[in-house]
Amino acid sequence: MSGAEGIGASVRRKEDRRFLLGKGRYTDDIVLPDQSYAVFVRSPYAHAGITSIDTRAACEMPGVLAVLTGKDTVDAGLGGVPCGWLVKNKDGSNMVEPPHPSLAVDVARHVGDPVAMVIATSKAAARAAATAVAVDYDVRPAAGNLDTATAPGAPLVWDAAPGNICFDWHIGDPATTDAAFAKAAHVVEIELTNSRVAPNAMEPRAANGHFEASNDQYTLYTTSQNPHLTRLLLAAFTLHVPEHKLRVVAPDVGGGFGSKIFHYAEELLVLWASKKVGRPVKWTSERMEAFVTDAHGRDHHSKAQLAVDANGKFIGLRVATLANMGAYLSTFAPAVPTYLYATLLSGPYDFPAIYAEVKAIFTNTVAVDAYRGAGRPEAAYLLERLVDKAARQLGIDRIELRRKNLIQPSQFPYQTQVALQYDIGDYQATLDMALERNDHAHYEQRRQASAKRGKLRGFGISTYIEACGIAPSALVGALGARAGLYEAANVRVHPTGSVTVFTGTHSHGQGHETTFAQLIAERLGVSIQNVEIVHGDTDRIPFGMGTYGSRSAAVGGSAIVKALDKIVDKGKKIAAHLLEASVADIEFKDGQYRVVGTDRVKAFGEVAFAAYVPHNYPIDTVEPGLDESAFYDPKNFTFPGGTHLVEVEIDPDTGVVEVVDVTIADDVGVIINPMIVDGQAHGGLAQGIGQALYEEAVYDSEGQLANDSYLTYTMPRAADLPMFKVGNHVTACTHNPLGVKGVGETGAIGVPPAVIGAVLDALAPLGVTDISMPATPEKVWRAIQAAKAATGKKA
Amino acid sequence: MPKLTLRVNRQTHTIDCSASTLLVEALREQLRLTGTHVGCDTSQCGACTVHVDGASVKSCTMLAVEAEGAEITTIEGLADGDKLHPMQAAFQEHHGLQCGFCTPGMVMSAVDLCKRVKAPSEPEVRTWLEGNLCRCTGYHNIVKAVMAGADGMNGGKP
Repeated sequence: MSGAEGIGASVRRKEDRRFLLGKGRYTDDIVLPDQSYAVFVRSPYAHAGITSIDTRAACEMPGVLAVLTGKDTVDAGLGGVPCGWLVKNKDGSNMVEPPHPSLAVDVARHVGDPVAMVIATSKAAARAAATAVAVDYDVRPAAGNLDTATAPGAPLVWDAAPGNICFDWHIGDPATTDAAFAKAAHVVEIELTNSRVAPNAMEPRAANGHFEASNDQYTLYTTSQNPHLTRLLLAAFTLHVPEHKLRVVAPDVGGGFGSKIFHYAEELLVLWASKKVGRPVKWTSERMEAFVTDAHGRDHHSKAQLAVDANGKFIGLRVATLANMGAYLSTFAPAVPTYLYATLLSGPYDFPAIYAEVKAIFTNTVAVDAYRGAGRPEAAYLLERLVDKAARQLGIDRIELRRKNLIQPSQFPYQTQVALQYDIGDYQATLDMALERNDHAHYEQRRQASAKRGKLRGFGISTYIEACGIAPSALVGALGARAGLYEAANVRVHPTGSVTVFTGTHSHGQGHETTFAQLIAERLGVSIQNVEIVHGDTDRIPFGMGTYGSRSAAVGGSAIVKALDKIVDKGKKIAAHLLEASVADIEFKDGQYRVVGTDRVKAFGEVAFAAYVPHNYPIDTVEPGLDESAFYDPKNFTFPGGTHLVEVEIDPDTGVVEVVDVTIADDVGVIINPMIVDGQAHGGLAQGIGQALYEEAVYDSEGQLANDSYLTYTMPRAADLPMFKVGNHVTACTHNPLGVKGVGETGAIGVPPAVIGAVLDALAPLGVTDISMPATPEKVWRAIQAAKAATGKKA
Repeated sequence: MPKLTLRVNRQTHTIDCSASTLLVEALREQLRLTGTHVGCDTSQCGACTVHVDGASVKSCTMLAVEAEGAEITTIEGLADGDKLHPMQAAFQEHHGLQCGFCTPGMVMSAVDLCKRVKAPSEPEVRTWLEGNLCRCTGYHNIVKAVMAGADGMNGGKP
């Protein structure tokens, strides 16, 4: 389509109007007739035996309908919350996969572990009764964080997991990697932590379960990024109700960032409880509850070595990582530090040898799972910090060292040493574009100007890659995934030519109602005003695997295109009949079927009408109707990448870091809506800068979360961030019909090492060589003082 | 339960209301004005921002009884019929929202700013929005939208 609404147009979003008018419909906004409310009693201890639960007083309080405990779930035969990915140990044995009861039965294993569920006629009554549930705990020593859990003699989260090891996994070739290190001119070593963060979608999780006895039908309204997966897990593992009796609706969802991918116990419990009390049951998380129940992200501790030859060429990489799993295995948790992390350790660089080992560790903390980027930020951070350190150690400019080692455009498709095959990219082009847009040539002047104002200026760079468009089903199946990761779409053309698209992806901020409509405009020539995108309801949509891993356009969009191909082809047969021509002579362009080389045309709407009113119609060979479905299974991952540049100014007296410039050049493939793509980049950058400078979920050795509210957990605010300079250089993905790669996670992946690189660059003249995320004013100030003291001693 | 009379979006409502009911609870649960959102428990996120006598207030910091006699405006009362308020229009034009959850609070807060400061600068907007958290946009487009919305409120193009 030429134009205003097709691919490449910054169309303003269709969904905005309802949000701006306050007419969004989020899960907590839904109140069903006879609505009742659930509140959970949660363990205040990280590790404790549950010796008794006395619910009698609570049961007698006004408005209370039921108080349910772990024993009730066992008696009812409810299944535990399953893990969706099986990772194998080095020796081929399975990971330790402990049970995950929906309500703790004998033992609570993290602060926030649900122990009892109170259901009452009002939220206030449920809250009051929850305080009257008397639980006797036998407090046990806890493995409160990675350090505690991996110390000799550490308390065990699970008896079945000695050393708290969930799995001990590896990838790559140790022998060729050892050989590379044996001949290396330089070996650079680093040890670092990738800090733990809480996802903090602004809408807290909520679930409203409704059992209707009249037809044995369960309906769940939930804050989910993938309602079909939730339905599948409810049916197959937890509620044991067949899918045709189970509807899962994820209405408007206020952000996800990974945390709403997973099937959570509360979803199961409100459905089960609804049948028990005979009324719909709604639970809405409070923010403090969210901090201790939503799956967190990151939390790695790694040691790595880089082997470099005499010419500055990388010849080997060795990595050993400890990854915190939390107490229970969340849906995709085992995949994050393995197939979404270690497979990315080649980055955008040409590495002839890599060997990585990952030990996943149980701790008495809430689960750790996918959070924006999921594994890929951890890989990029480790690699980029290591490359920066190599540049310093070898006395080579950071940009030049990267340039020397980037995979060249002529090397694609590029097979890495860690399983992935990158189809296409141009990492030099994004590097050049970012440097130009940042006006890097004049950086030194800016540094001097900052110095005149008493500020230490630093420059940071990250050249990164990610794998998204998740994922080829057979491949991930071979790697332990217990689900396929294709996507489904149904394109329904109505008799008068308007279109409804049913997609299995879910929009919780991404703007699918606009971008997917643009695909219809592009292909069928139908205005986006005449297109409705339906998502988030298992009763309306054929199937789907939801939205995460920057997969919606690459996988979901491709499924829509596949269905559109079928629509266009069927329309050709109808048009050929109407135009009395052969199908081979019909072309479809700009919303019209035309007999090639003539002015004989039928508009798309006329063909649609004929399909539903088939009076003059090829009825012997073509069915009436114009309604097609497609499933699309991707052939490979997609590989967005790019360069992120950051400049910071540090006040040496206070340690306050100000981000003064963020310039990025990404390659996210073909862009459907530039405005939305830029917006996705902005949000990812804010979360990446948040992790680098402000945010950290801090568990102490006892497993208490020290910062469980916005009073103590520092979310990035408007005044903490600058305007972002975002650029794109497109190489089209080679294996999906749209050429798209994905943009949802790039910012969160690329920017943290650039921020820390900039901080260290600013502090380098003082002798500071390391700082951990988040680089808070206190940490920076202490690093400055320590460096000054060390210099003083030397002098 | 005691009765309470509230003026919300130019209409008068009489509701049953306990002394401890927060304004946000009365709006969401009793008047079913669910455009006002709750994103935290500590008055930090600003998703519940409404106007009380024209000034922005986090409706989780105020008891419903305290609002008696005041003129309350929620996000549902901002537009002129089908016509978006210039600030709402600016948020759409500049892609100042993604998931939409913080949006009502952002818009209400921004309108108050632009009534106080006719043409706020970027730093003024960023500082003013200190009490409103957004996790989607990185604030970039929100800041652009607020500055454009100020223009719109002064009769320019949002």
